[in-house]
Amino acid sequence: METQRQKYLEDKAWEIRKTGLEMVREAKSGHIGGAFSLSEIMAVLYFEKMKIAPENPKWELRDRLVLSKGHATVALYPTLALRGFFPVERLKTFRKIDGSLSGHAEMRNVEGVDMSTGSLGQGFSAAVGMAQAAKMTGNECTVYAILGDGEIQEGQIWEAMMYAGAHGLDNLVAILDCNKVQLDGTVKEILDTGDLKAKFESFGMHTQRIDGHNVQEIARAIDVAKETRQKAHMIIADTIKGKGVSFMEGKNQWHGKTPNDAEFEQAFAELEARN
Amino acid sequence: MKGKISTRDVYGDTLKEIGADEKVVVLDADVSTCTMSCMFGEAYPERFFNVGIAEANMVGMAAGMAAFGLKPFVSSFAMFIAGRTFDQIRNSVAYPGLNVKLIGTHAGLIVGEDGATHQCLEDMALMRSIPGMVVICPADGNETKQAVLTLNKYEGPAYLRIGRAAVETVTDFEAYSFEIGKAVEMRQGSDLTVIACGIAVSKALEAADILAGEGVRTRVLNMHTIKPIDREAVIAAAQETGAIVTAEEHNVMGGLGSAVGEVVGECCPVPVLKVGTQDTFGRSGNADQLLEMYGISTGAIIEKAREALRLK
Repeated sequence: METQRQKYLEDKAWEIRKTGLEMVREAKSGHIGGAFSLSEIMAVLYFEKMKIAPENPKWELRDRLVLSKGHATVALYPTLALRGFFPVERLKTFRKIDGSLSGHAEMRNVEGVDMSTGSLGQGFSAAVGMAQAAKMTGNECTVYAILGDGEIQEGQIWEAMMYAGAHGLDNLVAILDCNKVQLDGTVKEILDTGDLKAKFESFGMHTQRIDGHNVQEIARAIDVAKETRQKAHMIIADTIKGKGVSFMEGKNQWHGKTPNDAEFEQAFAELEARN
Repeated sequence: MKGKISTRDVYGDTLKEIGADEKVVVLDADVSTCTMSCMFGEAYPERFFNVGIAEANMVGMAAGMAAFGLKPFVSSFAMFIAGRTFDQIRNSVAYPGLNVKLIGTHAGLIVGEDGATHQCLEDMALMRSIPGMVVICPADGNETKQAVLTLNKYEGPAYLRIGRAAVETVTDFEAYSFEIGKAVEMRQGSDLTVIACGIAVSKALEAADILAGEGVRTRVLNMHTIKPIDREAVIAAAQETGAIVTAEEHNVMGGLGSAVGEVVGECCPVPVLKVGTQDTFGRSGNADQLLEMYGISTGAIIEKAREALRLK
């Protein structure tokens, strides 16, 4: 990737964070931590890798993305708006009673959302179903799924992975937002998920591990996944929950908490200083 | 169709028939030779997905396939569809309004010897509580076929409940037609109405015959669609006959009886007595013994009918 392109994607990631934070300020609620860990991943997917047409969100040959960790709308909605699926202005209606942007990802009312999610563990199965449907119909799209590292404590994730692995769904690229923190504490404290790479590989997944805040590494991992046939893909993206705001980084308290005025000021100042 | 016919055989056969529609895909969770979805699998192996013993993933995959524009029919035992995957059905299928058809076979007591863990008596209550969900419980093989053919044309989430045992054909008559949300009047009558679904319809007809001998003119409605309930038919029954007995192979809480009671309570209060399991689990035993023990029988309907007439 050229340096100029790299800078463009890095800037996009920071713009996604800032836009998301503004959205949360307006809504007075929203999940910041697990959205900020995802920003570079979203930037690379929507601004570099995904085959999409914002003016035709239901285009049949588009790549699909299922945000299985459906609470990370603070990353998804700003990304879709900045990519042109709907006006950025609409983000002001996030979580409002007269708005269409509900707290968790919703396919019915939001252009560009391929699956409604929110109840953890369910979205990945839908992505597996889409990948299987694409194979069956000869649609050459790629189906992306974004999973949380807390979310994979849900049993359904492993049912879906067993299926994807056994059937070698090589058009399925799962990305694990491995930010090490869940609502009540760290993943290690709550339910240690152990050696993830070994687990995923034993389920038949072609597994890579990367720095989830490095746009080059994210892009390369996606390329490698797409070049590797006969196996479904898992990219473990090591990330930091609340990335970019010093007092939020790595803190489970910022899973779903809304900052106060002073905290918002500081958070914006820190994000602003990044680019 | 005549005589005793297994509804799941009809289900498998009809699935094969709608398989001519290339958008139809069928998913099963290692019970396809029991649900009979295997018949579709033999005819269209490329559109048949046996996901293993993993119902939650099956329903989620079906949601993804529907979002992709396909028409999934998902089968397993009622217990493991409606019970085990309630959250997946609610959030992955019904909330986004996806076109997934859920078929719960081996419903109710008549699964028999396998016992309480496999006798789902709560599925209609669970499915009925989900916004936008259509709930259908056919009376016999003929109606099962009509329901599957109709559901293939209907766009949106729906639950179809069928049993394990062969059931007497009761809908094979000239004037019969199947429409979602439209009750079938099986007998005319003005003294009392029995509203039944599933295997209870044939018992309701037997009860009506016996009651006729006592001079009681019993209307019998086959309420194959539990949701949306045929309000018009229920209101007419209440107004014109003044007493109602409901009959279902399901807990009296939350199923057909409750659905009828809701309409009657709101629109034209008359006695509504409910035949069904009385808030209890089943047990092992053969189907007929179980139905007798738990009071889903011709005798139980007659008893409730007499009680309802006294309350008029």
